Amino acid sequence: MIDFIARRLVSIIPVLAVVAIFVFLMLRLTPGDPAAVIAGDNATSDQIALIRTKLGLDLPIWQQFFIWLGDILRGNFGESFFFKKTVVDLIAQRLQPTLALSICTLIIAVTTAVPLGVIAAYRNGSLLDRFVMGFSVLGFSLPTFVIGYCLIYIFAIDLGWLPVQGYTRIEVDFWGFVEHIILPSITLGIIYVALIARITRASVLEVLNEDYIRTARAKGLSNRVVLMRHALRNAAVPILTVIGIGIALLIGGAVVTETVYGLPGLGRLTVEAVLSRDFPTIQAVILMFSVVYVVINLLIDISYTLFDPRIRY
Amino acid sequence: MKSTTMKRRTFGALTTGALVAAAGAPQAADKKVLRFVQNGNLTILDPIWTTAYVTRNHGYFIYDTLFAMDEHNAIKPQMVDKHEVSADKTLWTFTLREGLEWHDGKPVTSEDCIASIKRWGARDTMGQKLMDFVKEMTAVDPRTFTMQLKEPYGLVLDSLGKPSSNVPFMMPKAVAETDPFKQISSQIGSGPFIYVNAESKPGEKHVYLKNPKYKPRSDAPSGLAGGKVVKVDRVEIIEMPDPQQQVNAIIAGEIDLIEQPPHDLLPVLKADKGVTPVNWNPLGQQFILRLNHVQPPFNNPKIRLAALHCMRQEDYLKATVGSPEYYKVCGAAFVCGTPNAFDAPNGMLVKPDFEKSKALLKEAGYDGTPVVLMQSTTLPVLTNTAPVTKSLLEQGGFKVDMQSMDWQTLVTRRTKKDPPSQGGWNVFHTFSVAADILNPISCTYMAANGDKAWFGWPTDPTMEKLRDSYTKETDPAKAKELAHAVQNRALETAQYGWIGQWYGPGVARKNVTGWLNAPVPVMWNISKA
Repeated sequence: MIDFIARRLVSIIPVLAVVAIFVFLMLRLTPGDPAAVIAGDNATSDQIALIRTKLGLDLPIWQQFFIWLGDILRGNFGESFFFKKTVVDLIAQRLQPTLALSICTLIIAVTTAVPLGVIAAYRNGSLLDRFVMGFSVLGFSLPTFVIGYCLIYIFAIDLGWLPVQGYTRIEVDFWGFVEHIILPSITLGIIYVALIARITRASVLEVLNEDYIRTARAKGLSNRVVLMRHALRNAAVPILTVIGIGIALLIGGAVVTETVYGLPGLGRLTVEAVLSRDFPTIQAVILMFSVVYVVINLLIDISYTLFDPRIRY
Repeated sequence: MKSTTMKRRTFGALTTGALVAAAGAPQAADKKVLRFVQNGNLTILDPIWTTAYVTRNHGYFIYDTLFAMDEHNAIKPQMVDKHEVSADKTLWTFTLREGLEWHDGKPVTSEDCIASIKRWGARDTMGQKLMDFVKEMTAVDPRTFTMQLKEPYGLVLDSLGKPSSNVPFMMPKAVAETDPFKQISSQIGSGPFIYVNAESKPGEKHVYLKNPKYKPRSDAPSGLAGGKVVKVDRVEIIEMPDPQQQVNAIIAGEIDLIEQPPHDLLPVLKADKGVTPVNWNPLGQQFILRLNHVQPPFNNPKIRLAALHCMRQEDYLKATVGSPEYYKVCGAAFVCGTPNAFDAPNGMLVKPDFEKSKALLKEAGYDGTPVVLMQSTTLPVLTNTAPVTKSLLEQGGFKVDMQSMDWQTLVTRRTKKDPPSQGGWNVFHTFSVAADILNPISCTYMAANGDKAWFGWPTDPTMEKLRDSYTKETDPAKAKELAHAVQNRALETAQYGWIGQWYGPGVARKNVTGWLNAPVPVMWNISKA
């Protein structure tokens, strides 16, 4: 196992190298000039040219690449063109809201979707099953911003129970944090509930027809034990996969939810950086997302062995 | 706000089982905190380094100016107590008000002001023009300095009291000596607010505290001039990119002011009892149609003129703003309602003459090559301008190739002088805040000095002579005549098109009063009940 983990960690290096080169070239070949954005709309060509020189953007692309690569290898991710902060500080500042949103969404999704999926599979064809499947389709079909605005209208504007927008850091005011994170987490959670419930139902349904389930029932085990210990455990691999990929997608892709609820997270940072062509920030954020994807995939693989002892690395 | 907060706290207590105490305490403090949402995120904090309006607004919080424009567009002393000009109009003497202090407690001195003017003069178009005339600036004593000109210059006060980007803000000497092309790292000013770096998080919020040592002028506030009396303890700029969310937040009482919500959301806001629109910028903004003078077909003046004969301002205004309540058809380049406003002759830009356009195109031998029109799809207020231009130009006999792109791509592409087939362009639109285009010098679109001119690079020595004469004219009546001549020349040569004036009111909660009429959203004089 340790050997497997080491091999996987080493394999991150070429992945990151390819991502780094790809991101660098893609950004430099995309139209859009940070100097023009920085200078403002009334600036003349001369003023923009001077800013380009100051930022080193007038150097040949290969030279810019090697300077950037050298900096990265020394652990220097550079300074944002706009925020006058190091990219590392900027990411650290924006990490908490995204992590909080992702974790809360996942807690809501897993605690709701897995039981729903298991029950739907057990009561296959029943009204409850049809309700769960219907909810799944609805959860996928509704865009996040529609769900978000509906929840805001009901719970924040009409009932006045929760704030419309913003974020309170957990260390500043815990209850403020809770108030601000509930609605965004439910908004995003609905999609993941739909996804995980559907996969759980399908996996459990497949397992329920296996011989060992019949044997377990014949032994006189209760439904709860059959479902939780035998069926769910054997159906866990696809469910873990979808939850794992869900975490990675959440960390990288909560853009709409963060915008709708005014959460100052990484999703919004990425959009802002892309719109203003803030190359150092975009590069660092994408590299970080790549690391997150690889590490989460590794954790998913490790977790398989906990649920299915037949899997060995 | 009160009932919402109570409901929220009750809900919190019920759902969490925790006793959330002191629900009233934050409300009392709340009256002293003003929460404001601007158009766009504030990322750069150096108002000389960028012309971005959000950075200019930040500048007005923490810095002060020597002169400032009042609500009648007159330039009034601000940090300056008195000023004199010699009989030959070449020596200006400025004396600062007594007791002016930087946020760190040090006194504001003449040397600070000289360094600040120099840094601004290196970057701003109007500043550069002023510096062309300045022979030297000398500190006479800590409160007095002189500006010796090479020859009389009519725009000394207009330059030092320039209301919008770049504004000649006064900074401490050590800060102002920063390379003009490098961002400053200090946020120390002498303005009515102090920037709280420790609490400000770009992308989230920016925090300003009332400067307790600020000494406002004794006269009443007027526009950007007069007494800058701060009536709240703290202002927070909340970064909220989604306009719908801004509207939700102000209705729920979580913010107090929005700089300029989109026009289509104004009916929702008007219908809410808790908020009210405030037309804080009565001069508004102006749409611009910019033509590329260095590439065919608009390198031909007749073809440019043909294009301007296709323009009908109302089409643009209806397509972008909608309600006539928020726009004005105006033939004046220097903005209707200001001293240099003149109507364009023969209803040009207001009433199209498609037959004339076709005749001019025939005369000029237009070969039917499509003109490349760049459309920005990411700035909502500009998105609909390009389809209108496409339709109007086609009615006038042009072929048009409208290419859509995001604003950042457009601002990069507009710097290219290449033929449109090789990444260049023929036409695009932008808009300017009225305060930026009030005279032939501050209006960058009027510059016609070729490569040094704004994108489109018009070359017209006659226009440059007229603009030069305007700068040297010290008699206001004669200066006005010259401004008229500049506008006429711009139309004769079809330098660019001003295609409609529009207004974007802000929105305030009803317990917020005192938002001043000014070209910039300023936070002094505002109280919260």
